[in-house]
Amino acid sequence: MRHTISVLVENKFGVLTRVAGLFSGRGFNIDSLNVAPTQDATVSRMTIVTRGDDATVDQIVKQLEKLVDTIKVHDFREGESVDRELVLIKVGVDSQTRAEVMQITDIFRAKIIDVQPKSLTIEATGDEGKVDKFIELMRAFGILELTRTGRIALPRA
Amino acid sequence: MSKATETEPSAATSPTAPKAELGPTMLGSQILVECLEREGVDVIFAYPGGASMEIHQALTKSKKIRVYLPRHEQGGVFAAEGYARATGRAGVCMATSGPGATNLVSGLADAYMDSVPIVAITGQVPQAMIGKGAFQETDFFGLTLPVVKHSYLVTDLNELPRIVKEAFYIAQTGRPGPVVIDVPKNIQQQRTQPVYPGALSLRGYCPDRRAEDLALHEIVGLIEKAERPMLYCGGGIISSGASGELRRFVEATQIPIATTIMGCGAFPETHPLSLKWLGMHGTAYANWAVAQADLLLAFGVRFDDRVTGKVDKFCEHGTIVHIDLDPSEINKNRKVHLPIVSDIRYALGRLNQMLIERPLEKRFTAWHQQVAEWKAKAPLRYQVTEEVLKSQHVRDHMGGDARQVVLPQEAVAMLYELTQGEAIITTGVGQHQMWAGQFYNYKYPRQLLTSAGLGAMGYGYPAALGAKVACPDRQVVDIDGDGSFLMNVQELATAHIEGIAAKAMILNNQHLGMVVQWEDRFYQGNRGHTYLGDPENMRQIYPDFVAIAKAFNVPCERVIYRKDLRAAMQRMLDSDQPYVLDIITPYTEHVLPFIPAGRTVNDMIWQ
Repeated sequence: MRHTISVLVENKFGVLTRVAGLFSGRGFNIDSLNVAPTQDATVSRMTIVTRGDDATVDQIVKQLEKLVDTIKVHDFREGESVDRELVLIKVGVDSQTRAEVMQITDIFRAKIIDVQPKSLTIEATGDEGKVDKFIELMRAFGILELTRTGRIALPRA
Repeated sequence: MSKATETEPSAATSPTAPKAELGPTMLGSQILVECLEREGVDVIFAYPGGASMEIHQALTKSKKIRVYLPRHEQGGVFAAEGYARATGRAGVCMATSGPGATNLVSGLADAYMDSVPIVAITGQVPQAMIGKGAFQETDFFGLTLPVVKHSYLVTDLNELPRIVKEAFYIAQTGRPGPVVIDVPKNIQQQRTQPVYPGALSLRGYCPDRRAEDLALHEIVGLIEKAERPMLYCGGGIISSGASGELRRFVEATQIPIATTIMGCGAFPETHPLSLKWLGMHGTAYANWAVAQADLLLAFGVRFDDRVTGKVDKFCEHGTIVHIDLDPSEINKNRKVHLPIVSDIRYALGRLNQMLIERPLEKRFTAWHQQVAEWKAKAPLRYQVTEEVLKSQHVRDHMGGDARQVVLPQEAVAMLYELTQGEAIITTGVGQHQMWAGQFYNYKYPRQLLTSAGLGAMGYGYPAALGAKVACPDRQVVDIDGDGSFLMNVQELATAHIEGIAAKAMILNNQHLGMVVQWEDRFYQGNRGHTYLGDPENMRQIYPDFVAIAKAFNVPCERVIYRKDLRAAMQRMLDSDQPYVLDIITPYTEHVLPFIPAGRTVNDMIWQ
């Protein structure tokens, strides 16, 4: 099962390695990981998406909590959190396809952030499903480059 | 699965010294030494090198810290562990960058596995050189991440006093463990006016956790309902200083107790309710009792595979209560019925109060009778077998006089007798380690110092040095194997030069005995590089430990014949110097009982 784990950590060097090491040392893969400071500059929030059965994830959460630099860990259950992902896609276009790409971008309430003679760079945000769908549609036009943030999440309550 | 219960963890602040203090301007190296003194450090095991010599220079000026020079950094960290295990206070060791630091890694991994408080200081190349592939540079912070409780790379001299204070606090509180402080050389050489912090603020660290009364009442209820309760207690009892509470609990409840090898001495093994220790080479009666128990109280343990065998069959039909300070141990190896996160000393103290207020009616008489039957049926024992008589050892070394053969178990039992069970024992890893556990009865916590979780050969003698430094008035004996002893044999120099009268009793069977035992049992006796003697001259005992010890100016005697053993052992014990007793034993002995890895008590080989 996929889990979204949110970890508040001290904003210090080495913390990311400690956290990542807990996964790699146990042979678990991280689907995505996002880290940046919070409103308190001394605290960073990591959002980690991983897969594992309940016992595995329970152990990961406890190991994360055990780190001295970890302040709080939250393993979000379905519906407990709001989450978003951002993707930047550079799509190859010509005079015939440009309009169609722009139309789909509009439907997805995405934004064109750079225009070049033969490409458009588009910013799209949404939940994972929406982002996946958008990427899927762009594939037909030829994706030149792509980067996505991985999931970021906050608790609802 | 019920959720682990605990009260809110208290804030992680130091209880003492609320006010910060400004010190006079000093070099970074001097500030570090001042910080160590402020932590009450009196002993440090340190091997110098280019990146740590500044700190050694500062240490020569210290009036409070005695520096012991090991002859290998691994000897230094194991000695620090011996000191820490014998006292409960953080052991301190230091090494230079690169190879000096990497030589500490086994000791750190050992301390991490067995929850031993260690502060390891390493020199690092100057900050400007980090990442340049500088001479003797390794990323020690990165290298040690999986085997430390916490670690620091000092990047600002002004942070050093706080870092040292935090390091000692983290190493010694909660579930103890090793902490690394990596100090670049330029930081050691800078000057500043240090600010020694008063209180610490570690918002992510909650070492103190206490069980709720509700959960503890549930335990009392479970005991009242049980017919065959057992205690399974480990190193957590010793770390938290709960031996007194445990003893009162056992006497109030009359529940028989088996410990892990980490828990040896947590409860006196001479007590009628003690079943010594359980697991792969534990007593048969402890293993039977745990298998048959209808209530298992697992206190300060982690359900290690060497204890449980096939883990889901471990105490298969019993209700299991698990109390541990570390929440990550709960349901890690074994799902239990009642998990409680708590300091075990607190929990046992509360349980004892509850039992005073409402004493148990039950006495478990039938259960005690059953346990007594098992004890009578399968006591720990040894005998000279046909196999021993026909062994190469008897032919090659005994001149065919098989009656004079010394069994390793007998040597341990004799040591127990001659020391009246009062010595601090350290061990290497292997058969001798198991026999040291089996045939010596431990009465006190911190009496058996052994590399249990990591199983690091070479641990015994340096650990004995550390223990002897910590407890100069106690007899400290390393029960070792010939393989393990050789791994840190250079520490004989430390013992002689520093005047540390730790003894080593080598059970020398010229083989890697435990691997040989597995070869005999599972590989048709095919020897895969497990013979340590000289294949060209098997009659000779090799290496010659007497000659080696002589080169270090350490007295050493070799004993081959049984008739010589008692007097020789007495001479070792009477010596006020370091001393090596090299006892030649047959390699044909197997450690029994034996539950093969991943199997259950039903597969136990015990006779």
